[in-house]
Amino acid sequence: MNFETTIGLEVHVELKTKSKMYSPSPVSYGAEPNTQTNVIDWGFPGVLPSINKGAYSYGIMVALALHADITRDTHFDRKNYFYPDNPKAYQITQSETPLATNGYIEIEVDGQKKRIGIHELHVEEDAGKNQHEDDGYSYVDLNRQGTPLIEIVSEPDIASPEEAYQYLEQLRQIVQFTGASDVKMEEGSMRVDTNLSVAPIGSQKYGTKTEIKNLNSFVHVRDGLAYEQKRQVQLLMAGGAVRQETRRWDVDKKETILMRVKEGADDYRYFPEPDLPPVHVSQAWIDEVAATLPEPPARRRSRYVEDWKIPAYDAGVLTNTLEMSDFFEATVAAGAEPKLASNWLMGEVSGYLNAEHVELKQVALTPAHLASMIKLIADGTISSKIAKKVFKEIIANDTDPKAWVEAKGMVQLSDPAKLTPIIDAVLDDNQQSIDDFHNGKDRAIGFLVGKIMQETHGKANPKVVNQILMSELKKR
Amino acid sequence: MADQLTITAMHQALQDGTTTASALVAAANARIDAIDPDVAAFLARNPKAQAQAEAVDAKGDFSQPLAGVPVAIKDNIVTNGLTTTAASKILEHFEPIYDATVVEKLQAAGAVNVGKVNLDEFAMGSSTENSGFQVTKNAWDHSRVPGGSSGGSAAAVASGQVPMALGTDTGGSIRQPAAFNGIVGVKPTYGRVSRWGVIAFASSLDQVGTLTRSVEDAALTLNVIAGHDDKDATTAPDPVPDFTANLHKGVAGLKIALPEEYLGEGVDPKVAAQIQAAAAQLRELGATVDTVSLPHTKYAVPAYYIIASSEASSNLQRFDGIRYGFRAQDVKNLTDVYVRSRSEGFGPEVKRRIMLGTFSLSAGFYDAYFKKAAQVRTLITRDFEQVFADYDLIMGPTTPTVAFKIGDKVTDPLTMYMNDILTIPVNLAGLPAASIPAGFVDHMPVGLQLIGKAFDEATIFQAAEAFEAANDYLAQLPGGAE
Amino acid sequence: MITKESVAHVAELSRLSFTDAELDQYTDQLGEILNMVEQLEEVDTTGVPATTQSIHLHNVMREDVPHNDTNVEDLFKNVPTRKGTLIQVPAIIDKEED
Repeated sequence: MNFETTIGLEVHVELKTKSKMYSPSPVSYGAEPNTQTNVIDWGFPGVLPSINKGAYSYGIMVALALHADITRDTHFDRKNYFYPDNPKAYQITQSETPLATNGYIEIEVDGQKKRIGIHELHVEEDAGKNQHEDDGYSYVDLNRQGTPLIEIVSEPDIASPEEAYQYLEQLRQIVQFTGASDVKMEEGSMRVDTNLSVAPIGSQKYGTKTEIKNLNSFVHVRDGLAYEQKRQVQLLMAGGAVRQETRRWDVDKKETILMRVKEGADDYRYFPEPDLPPVHVSQAWIDEVAATLPEPPARRRSRYVEDWKIPAYDAGVLTNTLEMSDFFEATVAAGAEPKLASNWLMGEVSGYLNAEHVELKQVALTPAHLASMIKLIADGTISSKIAKKVFKEIIANDTDPKAWVEAKGMVQLSDPAKLTPIIDAVLDDNQQSIDDFHNGKDRAIGFLVGKIMQETHGKANPKVVNQILMSELKKR
Repeated sequence: MADQLTITAMHQALQDGTTTASALVAAANARIDAIDPDVAAFLARNPKAQAQAEAVDAKGDFSQPLAGVPVAIKDNIVTNGLTTTAASKILEHFEPIYDATVVEKLQAAGAVNVGKVNLDEFAMGSSTENSGFQVTKNAWDHSRVPGGSSGGSAAAVASGQVPMALGTDTGGSIRQPAAFNGIVGVKPTYGRVSRWGVIAFASSLDQVGTLTRSVEDAALTLNVIAGHDDKDATTAPDPVPDFTANLHKGVAGLKIALPEEYLGEGVDPKVAAQIQAAAAQLRELGATVDTVSLPHTKYAVPAYYIIASSEASSNLQRFDGIRYGFRAQDVKNLTDVYVRSRSEGFGPEVKRRIMLGTFSLSAGFYDAYFKKAAQVRTLITRDFEQVFADYDLIMGPTTPTVAFKIGDKVTDPLTMYMNDILTIPVNLAGLPAASIPAGFVDHMPVGLQLIGKAFDEATIFQAAEAFEAANDYLAQLPGGAE
Repeated sequence: MITKESVAHVAELSRLSFTDAELDQYTDQLGEILNMVEQLEEVDTTGVPATTQSIHLHNVMREDVPHNDTNVEDLFKNVPTRKGTLIQVPAIIDKEED
């Protein structure tokens, strides 16, 4: 029997606001536990929430970037559940009237384009953090409590783990390019829950789905889904049945492990939040947000290919992160030839970042310095060998390449008027090599170039040296 | 005005220099010491009250009407550094770290908080018998309930301990105890007064208001506590008028509606007669009083109990023994902390409402209960809108009966709930309303309820003051008689 | 009519525990209350919108400006048990997170 797979993804994205969703306390990371909290975050008796307009605007921005329809009249709802990291024992979210519905993301798998629907996006608040320790206690830090989130719920349009991977990759890029979130799985600003079910091909209804939680990279999502897909098919083939359950991906064992069996639907007792008046999103508000919406990655890619003749693959790599794409564009704007800028960023720069495990924003390199170096190479001021030294300097320090190569005497000697006398002098001293050349011994050229380089302390432009040397040799 | 225990009388004496804030607060404290052991209104006294009064004296500015006046605060309103319990064991030793907006505003106006007064636990009840700590007595008859949930506030004011106590009103919790104790209770329009710092019972219904001996005192206090608050998104942005502006204008020309449902089944005929007499008196004073109908009135109680309990079930989930409040001892795990702290910390009525509310919101019942009740709420609101298209005020009794005996109804929740039938519709519609003294039945006070249009408290004060001036109920108060 | 089983289920959702006798009592009392509530069925609410707030405001929002002058020690005044600036709670056994 052949099976088809149905996957739906729920993605939580933390918004990059300065203050929390329903309280004015600051959003910040890495602070001492509970120092970034106030009585609202703690759910003290008598406190009331207030809506962060900036967070809602970010939500609209992401919704627009995902081609979703903004809900004009919306209210907040309470989702009730007890947990120590959820101090009010309810989360203020949007259940009945989500921020936006009916969006989509375009993905490409094996050269085939496919549109994955987005069922809805809603705004809500993040929970705090529980730390579980060996001393028989858990510990609660509420610094994260109230951080604005949007939850993006896909339609069950995803048919394979690879499609899920591509969807997440595109989603991450699109959201990141809006500037609304850092969308970093490793830092928790993007979190993914998956639902997967299998059913015999042609079946009229979906199979029983299982959920995988606590996935912290796209690769784990793909691996976890692939495992779960296989597990369910094997279970069904053996005559068994899939139970509705929540599982987690064990990175070491490379398998999904049962967390709990879901007995019926969770009863969150949603109802409209009485403490917050409804929100009406006017066309003017949408237009205002749309006007500030940055160019999406897909449009940037096609611009790179069409305007700057960058190969499609390279354009894809350059738009992998907003940071890289912005850096590339700034380098070009500073006068670098686009293809050369692309080569440097994809080659030396990326190589350095990977080797050092750092991000572009953490290194001293600026687009202006990179462009300046590229121009020095292009106009022959420095050799590509020297360029490697210059690159090492400008990625580590805030150094102007032009001033640096001049100060260090690394500028190439390319002026024929200066080179010709030196070359003539070398030829005068090496009649034997001239003879060898005329006798067809090409090795003589190498010897002569070496001598010229010696005379110029390695600064002579090899290309120019070669040209002059050939013409001078022919004269003798 | 004969009563020396009103804000206006105290203000006059302070301005005349015949007394000081320190003396007033000392007198209030002495009176509390003397009679509160019997009345049992206070749950906590403010140890800083005398010092605060001295600071007001030192400043010497008595231009504001509440400057130097001793007041009490219902104990579901948080006071920074002063234990606030909502009369629940689950908050027995809870020390707030911020002040409610109303408390801040009273302080800024120079009023001196002398202490926190009793209530039904989390304001859930109509007799103050549901307090986790003590049973407050009716100021007129200590064998009777003071009403509730603001029973401590009403008893403290009626027995002359303070001229004003703040209360909260979710389904009648200011008006009913005011009626039972023969004083003035005002529930402002929903959104008129900030709820920041008010321990939530039912967020869409709760409103802070005043219990005072006179109408003018209520207007003066509302002038202080009303207004938009950035911390409460449900407060109205509208400017606050001077609520004393319409006092002494009389009722001539006012159009008052008397709903037939408010004098119908379940209302003690003697109470109804007293209200008919009040209607006659208002006509004599120049108002017109016509009988009207509010056809959905009888559905207000069931709709209210579903809505209020649903919101409460969610609001009270934060009392979990983790960050503050009572945590059960010898707990093995987290579930134990939750279940045992809550089961041991909450009283039976609170649990009953949490259960009712949780049920009403639970999967499969939401539409039939919560949503249905919220739709009926719309119809109740529309009833009022129709009447207010033609009338300035609605009048009726505040309660179906006078104060009942302690212990009479506490074992029968349903009968207790029905006692709120005349006050609940106002909360569902978010309207302002007052209860003012309107004579006696069986030697116990009767309350006249006046309901106004949204944000038109001024007309309520106008009619209430005219009615008050035409009668001498105030002079008969237990506290004033001494 | 509400059954004892559903009352027990609601108690669990509410994180409340009752003795068997209490459960019987709550079943009776909730039954009576729900009986009264059933009056609402008489009312035709077809097409009637729900009212969940009694003041008609919208877009009451705050600008995204951070502000916090809370002293963390004040927040801990009422905490039963702590470690540093962490709130201590007995071990979480049954994880029921979203």
